[in-house]
Amino acid sequence: MATETTTPQTPDASRLERPAPSSAPTRRNGRWSGYRHLLWARVIELKREPEVVFWVFIFPLLLAGGLGIAFRNKPADVASVVVIDGPGARKTLSMLENSRQSAQQSAEQSSKHDNSAHSIVRATILDRDAALKSFHFGKFDLAVESNPDGSFTYYYDPARPESVLSRAEIDAALQSAAGRKDSIATSSHSSSEPGSRYIDFLIPGLLGMNLMNSGMWGVGFALVEMRQRKLLKRFVATPMRRSDFLLALSSSRLVLMVIEVGLLLGFGVIAFHMRVEGSVLSVLVLASVGAVAFGGVGLLTACRAQKIESVSGLINLVMMPMWIFSGVFFSYQKFPAAAHPFIKALPLTALNDALRAIIIEGATLSSQSGRLLVLAIWGGLSFILALRWFRWT
Amino acid sequence: MGSPIQCTDLRKTYDGKVEAVRGLSLQIEAGQCFGLLGPNGAGKTTTIEILEGLLAPTSGEVRIFGFTWKENERQLREWIGISLQETRLSEKLNVRETIELFASFYAQPRQTTEVLEELELTEKSDAWVGKLSGGQKQRLAVATALVGNPRILFLDEPTTGLDPQSRRQLWDIVRAFQKKGGTVLLTTHYMDEAERLCDRLAIVDHGQIIAEGTPADLIDRLGGHHVVEFQVSGEVGKPNGQTSDLWSALPTVESVRHDEEMVCLNVREPHLTIPALLAAINQKGWRLDHLSTRQASLEDVFVRLTGRHLRED
Repeated sequence: MATETTTPQTPDASRLERPAPSSAPTRRNGRWSGYRHLLWARVIELKREPEVVFWVFIFPLLLAGGLGIAFRNKPADVASVVVIDGPGARKTLSMLENSRQSAQQSAEQSSKHDNSAHSIVRATILDRDAALKSFHFGKFDLAVESNPDGSFTYYYDPARPESVLSRAEIDAALQSAAGRKDSIATSSHSSSEPGSRYIDFLIPGLLGMNLMNSGMWGVGFALVEMRQRKLLKRFVATPMRRSDFLLALSSSRLVLMVIEVGLLLGFGVIAFHMRVEGSVLSVLVLASVGAVAFGGVGLLTACRAQKIESVSGLINLVMMPMWIFSGVFFSYQKFPAAAHPFIKALPLTALNDALRAIIIEGATLSSQSGRLLVLAIWGGLSFILALRWFRWT
Repeated sequence: MGSPIQCTDLRKTYDGKVEAVRGLSLQIEAGQCFGLLGPNGAGKTTTIEILEGLLAPTSGEVRIFGFTWKENERQLREWIGISLQETRLSEKLNVRETIELFASFYAQPRQTTEVLEELELTEKSDAWVGKLSGGQKQRLAVATALVGNPRILFLDEPTTGLDPQSRRQLWDIVRAFQKKGGTVLLTTHYMDEAERLCDRLAIVDHGQIIAEGTPADLIDRLGGHHVVEFQVSGEVGKPNGQTSDLWSALPTVESVRHDEEMVCLNVREPHLTIPALLAAINQKGWRLDHLSTRQASLEDVFVRLTGRHLRED
């Protein structure tokens, strides 16, 4: 035995009667041979699993692409209006159309003094019942009714931001078409520069979510599957170091992480002209910390589960609050301020905030040390608890 | 240096209720192939897993080459090879990769190609584990146990569910390992496996050893090496003390057992018993519906000891 001979009582193999030596000479393995083979086997297995390639690499791209297109900036600002059929309906429609034309003209004349760049209106006439029904189902943002006395009635939903917005836009359009003059000249600058669009907000969030998903599933699911197959038990029946096994499982996550980050960021840059303001190295370091932290949480989630079904439920249970609260698709600022300290303590919030700070704002890694600490605490505590409670058989 | 495997008064209680192993002691000598034979649920797997250091006994002591699992686990792991009752190895790795992976855990493993050849897996070395037949999977499981160049091989029901040819292949592998001086401990509920493969046997039932010895010893203890089975009809009625007395009075009969309609006699010399049996039936005016003779097997030993069959299925 070439390995550790720490205690004097350690048995010495040479004193044992071995089975007669095999015909070919045996080879000698170094300290890290087990770890290297475990890591390599893990990566090969993932590569041969088409579902993994889809869920880890393709799916986030599809999601980013789909959401990026759905929330393109311009079309989101179209006010969709239904005009309730009646004596004044045609006139209302033409007033809205005139207003749009004049807006477009002024926009062409001077893009700098474009004070109605947003007043793009899509208007339709429907009879009263159909109009109100469609409005209630959210097909239109606003319903307008022209009254016999020349006034207008707006039907809008104060809980829907686009409805509130439409009411103001349409009101302004109708008022100006009826001859109202603005008493103050205003000007505004439109901003749809890379960096401030929804897609710029979204991609770092998706990156964080993807790191969480693949960390939890990649470690948690894989572990329970191996436990269910009795493969963990078979492994611990060999001289394999248990720490090597867990280390290999977590570090296989790092290999995948580099590919995930590269793909998603590359996609954002190429398809949506996104800019990475901070250094790519900082992003990679942060993503590694995130990947390992979620690997730890995944390990803890899966440390005792015996069945795939039960661990699936557990993983979803752990991830659910973070999907909702951690600002993947929308900012958590929308939640009551009292909840913010709790939301900020979630690992995904810390990861997303730090990713956005580095990618969008160009922050340095050291300025994110607080959030890195949150991640490290989650990962470290989970790892320690997981090791304590881990069930190998 | 102690015996390869030794244990004294092993007990294992699950959840403070179910007693899987109830005071079991064993000593297995180097170069032996030792079998634990018993029905499902007898405590064989619990016993072998305690000996393998995978389960802690509730009480009792295990020594492997004189060392305990608690103090020398890592070293002992280098010396033993294990095939669990049910392990599904990673399906997306191929045969060679799987053996290489297991080899990498040992300080001085054997050459992968050599193990592949020995287990007749060379042709399949590039096939994914998921694509192997049952017999090939089981040989691969044994290959992962042999690649570490172990001194002891533990096999838990190595041939359960395999076709006859695959079973024979595995027996050859076990014998080859033994020939090189290796020690084998296996569990089985197949009599033929125990009879052909094992040098010594312990019959396990309800977590205890109820008989131990060489297969021939155990059969000898029945008293007769032959079994005469027959069935009669007529005014016989249910088996009772009277008819049993009649059968046991026949020459060279050692014991009588009723197995439903069938009467089984353990006899020393069938050529003396059978004519007397026929005469007795004739005299009573009964009719003989069936008669056969065979060599006594471990099944007979088990039934004799427990009153049950090994495989009640």
